[in-house]
Amino acid sequence: MSDYKNFTMNFGPQHPAAHGVLRLILEMDGEVIRSADPHIGLLHRATEKLAESKPYNQNIGYMDRLDYVSMMCNEHAYVLAIEDMMKLDIPERSKYIRVMFDEITRILNHLLWLGAHALDIGAMSVFLYAFREREDLMDCYEAVSGTRMHATYYRPGGVAKDLPNIMPKYMLNKNQNLDQVEKLNYNREGSLLDFIDSFIDRFPKNVDEYENLLTDNRIWKQRTVGIGVVSPDRAIDLGFTGPMLRGSGVQWDLRKKEPYEVYKNLEFDIPVGTEGDSYDRYLVRMQEMRESAKIIKQCCDWLKNDNGDFISSNNKIAPPDRDAMKENMESLIHHFKLFSEGYCLPVGETYKCVEAPKGEFGIYMISDGANKPYRLKIRAPGFPHLASLDEMAKGHMLSDVVTIIGTQDIVFGEIDR
Amino acid sequence: MNKIRELLDGHIVDYIESDMTTITVDKSKLKKVLSILKEDIDLKFTQLVDLCAVDYVEYGDSEWQTKEATSTGYNRGIRPSSHSRIDFSNETNEDEYDLCVTYHLLSITQNQRIRVKCFLDDDSLVIPSVTDLFASADWYEREAYDLFGVLFEGHNDLRRILTDYGFIGHPFRKKFPLVGNTQVRYDPEQRKVVNEPVDIEPRTLVPKVIRKK
Repeated sequence: MSDYKNFTMNFGPQHPAAHGVLRLILEMDGEVIRSADPHIGLLHRATEKLAESKPYNQNIGYMDRLDYVSMMCNEHAYVLAIEDMMKLDIPERSKYIRVMFDEITRILNHLLWLGAHALDIGAMSVFLYAFREREDLMDCYEAVSGTRMHATYYRPGGVAKDLPNIMPKYMLNKNQNLDQVEKLNYNREGSLLDFIDSFIDRFPKNVDEYENLLTDNRIWKQRTVGIGVVSPDRAIDLGFTGPMLRGSGVQWDLRKKEPYEVYKNLEFDIPVGTEGDSYDRYLVRMQEMRESAKIIKQCCDWLKNDNGDFISSNNKIAPPDRDAMKENMESLIHHFKLFSEGYCLPVGETYKCVEAPKGEFGIYMISDGANKPYRLKIRAPGFPHLASLDEMAKGHMLSDVVTIIGTQDIVFGEIDR
Repeated sequence: MNKIRELLDGHIVDYIESDMTTITVDKSKLKKVLSILKEDIDLKFTQLVDLCAVDYVEYGDSEWQTKEATSTGYNRGIRPSSHSRIDFSNETNEDEYDLCVTYHLLSITQNQRIRVKCFLDDDSLVIPSVTDLFASADWYEREAYDLFGVLFEGHNDLRRILTDYGFIGHPFRKKFPLVGNTQVRYDPEQRKVVNEPVDIEPRTLVPKVIRKK
């Protein structure tokens, strides 16, 4: 036996299964992991420090770039913190719009997670299917904000723009003929809400498709069942939130437990796992997508019958509309002050969190009465998840490390910040 | 929440109800208070949601004169802050700090949150580690050490976590310049990556303004 000894292996940071820039130092005993030491920070951009040097509204864009697959949820926590400090009440319509886009974001995130996770452990086609649906949701992002990823759509006081009445269409181009373009545009004749409606009608069937490919698939089960098991108590102790915690069987969802915006008016269920392994977390996330679709449907119906304001009329925080700005002196002054100096928050501190697709995304903000945050701490859900990688991977095979990274839904934008 | 006041009577310095119950504790009582909060059968604050350090050294300092204007209107800038110091002859003392460590706890059974603040008011940067109470504290403490230089006594693996290998300084302290101190580039002659002083110009786009109502 003296011939054998453990050896240390470097994994990443340029490994396709490292989901970005994870570097792992693995201590191996043959094929078995004895310890895993993640080295992070390769994407560290000091977002928290940058935020301290910018007026409040200019930081919204940084939030998108944290967890860059669930952009709007990050913005949500940030604007909630500002609104909480100001004790600002926002119009009902903007709350519904935010909730709808939070759930669109959740589906976007889970689809990317599903595709990447399946690809990592050997299933190619799910990735392609998942990206087909992501494309439509990206178009929704684009329709409201003009960009497909880094939207900067949520603003303190509401959202930047109202939902458009016309859904943008594909145009005739040299790669597609008229028939193909018309086929692409079949559900884009109406408004954005009509488009979302038609998406939600077909989406549950799409989830069935993915499940057909994976849920009872022998290879999928062999790769995920019993891998990375975390007991409920241990999950709480390790700081798990979101699907990672629910996969271990703890019923904890901020949308139910600390309902923000309009979640208390909506009907949806919280799926929980029983075993706490990678397969359960997969099942939880799949079910979450169906629940999200239900929420989007309810928001859509509500929004169709409403013509309220999409942003607060308090011009100390929300900019006045363009017409008013051009005609009236007071609005012009408000506009100028808002986009040069910004606004000052009262002295104090707050912690606001939302149920982001990966778990609890929190913003701890301290204000000393200035137009910039004095300290902004971002509580990223992925950070404690990755911290537990050592514990989850210990005793598993090298190939299971890939499964565990996948099941943790690691995105480095939020972990490194 | 009266229960918390009762239980912690004599252990806490300050108790405020703001967005959530916020208590301030002395460094010597920190672990005692946290273990009471965690173990008590009616409280069960079993999850450490977040741990972060805060540097209070520039708290309440404004960069812009808001009350009176000069005869020309400009310049009303009072002083360049360390974030955006105007030039590098303008030395700031990176050893100046006023640190505080903040813990956010969550009780899943009670659906309650609590914030515990602990100031490092004497000259020592040492604070007891809570890794034996909460497993999630491990990386959070490494982060607070890396970015602020807080030393957690009893943490058995206090390495830097977010900054580069071989980084010098604690970048999230207020006196650490926003543009940093060094930059790296590949030097083709030496055929290696070299560190040198930064040459980008620090600037303030919007000064920090405090307007008192």
